Amino acid sequence: MSNTEWPLWEVFIRSKQGLDHKHVGSLHAADAQMAIENARDVYTRRMEGVSIWVVESQYVHASNPAEAGALYDPANDKAYRHPTFYNLPDKVKHM
Amino acid sequence: MNSSLLNYTLQLADNALIIGHRNSEWCGHGPILEQDIAISNIALDYIGQARNFYQYAAKLTGNGATEDSLAYLRDAIDYKNCLLTELPNGDWAQTTLRQFFFSTYQYFLYQQLQQSTDQQLAAIAEKAFKEVTYHLRWSSEWVIRLGDGTEESRGRMLHAIDELWSFTGELFEGDSYEQQAVNDGYGVVLQDIRNSWMKKVATVFEEATLPIPAGNIWMQSCGKKGIHTEHLGFILAEMQFLQRAYPGAEW
Repeated sequence: MSNTEWPLWEVFIRSKQGLDHKHVGSLHAADAQMAIENARDVYTRRMEGVSIWVVESQYVHASNPAEAGALYDPANDKAYRHPTFYNLPDKVKHM
Repeated sequence: MNSSLLNYTLQLADNALIIGHRNSEWCGHGPILEQDIAISNIALDYIGQARNFYQYAAKLTGNGATEDSLAYLRDAIDYKNCLLTELPNGDWAQTTLRQFFFSTYQYFLYQQLQQSTDQQLAAIAEKAFKEVTYHLRWSSEWVIRLGDGTEESRGRMLHAIDELWSFTGELFEGDSYEQQAVNDGYGVVLQDIRNSWMKKVATVFEEATLPIPAGNIWMQSCGKKGIHTEHLGFILAEMQFLQRAYPGAEW
């Protein structure tokens, strides 16, 4: 990678009011404003969004895949943690 | 048939088609993938605007004219676009500065045109205005970024100003059909938007730390009359080849 390369940004798009922002991908940009404009051009061309967040990728901290076993496997047999024992009213959307 | 209205509509269409074609030449050649997509989006916005204006012009023309026949079967002398739109792209600074000059012009033009007494023109202007608002924002950003950037980027922007400034006068120099359009109430008074244009350019140039060319500078013109630079012929040759060689071809 050359040292003139622009930093990488993670892009989050809210598809409509009331929903949360979802990660849609990443792109290069010189600064936050350009990142938002690039995201507008790259990720909302087909009416995918009403709001954009961008975060410089270097500020995203990730869990270690090597620790996946210890982190996630113990949840496997904890069925009682799922809210499937409740009846959800029909009027509640986006659950 | 009202020939002033037709010419007025054709000029709007030709401007959009030719600058759209120029921008489309960047497709696959942009300085970075994201900006390649950005300028291709802008090119497509323009093709959309051109189609709307050509469809209306075709209706005014009658005799079986279509948007395609107007775009693909007229010669350079029939094209009424401003010379600024047909100039070669140059480097990224030249392309974004041209876009900034032209988007500023279109921003105020379409803003006024929405009040046109011609409902079709007003409706197209209303739809296009949002697109142009974004083009203006995007191109302003680049003028500021490069003008107030490195020595290299600033030098390129200064060079771009030298190349393009003398083509900005024509935007506000009304031809007879534009004067007729104003008299009949559906055209935009160019002198009014010229003042707004100067103000916007001055604001952005100040932020970009770029100088406005001073003095009485000779301005190129006559594109609106159909007298063009040599560049338009090359654009049309490439754009019209298929329809000229294989009339009516579809795919």
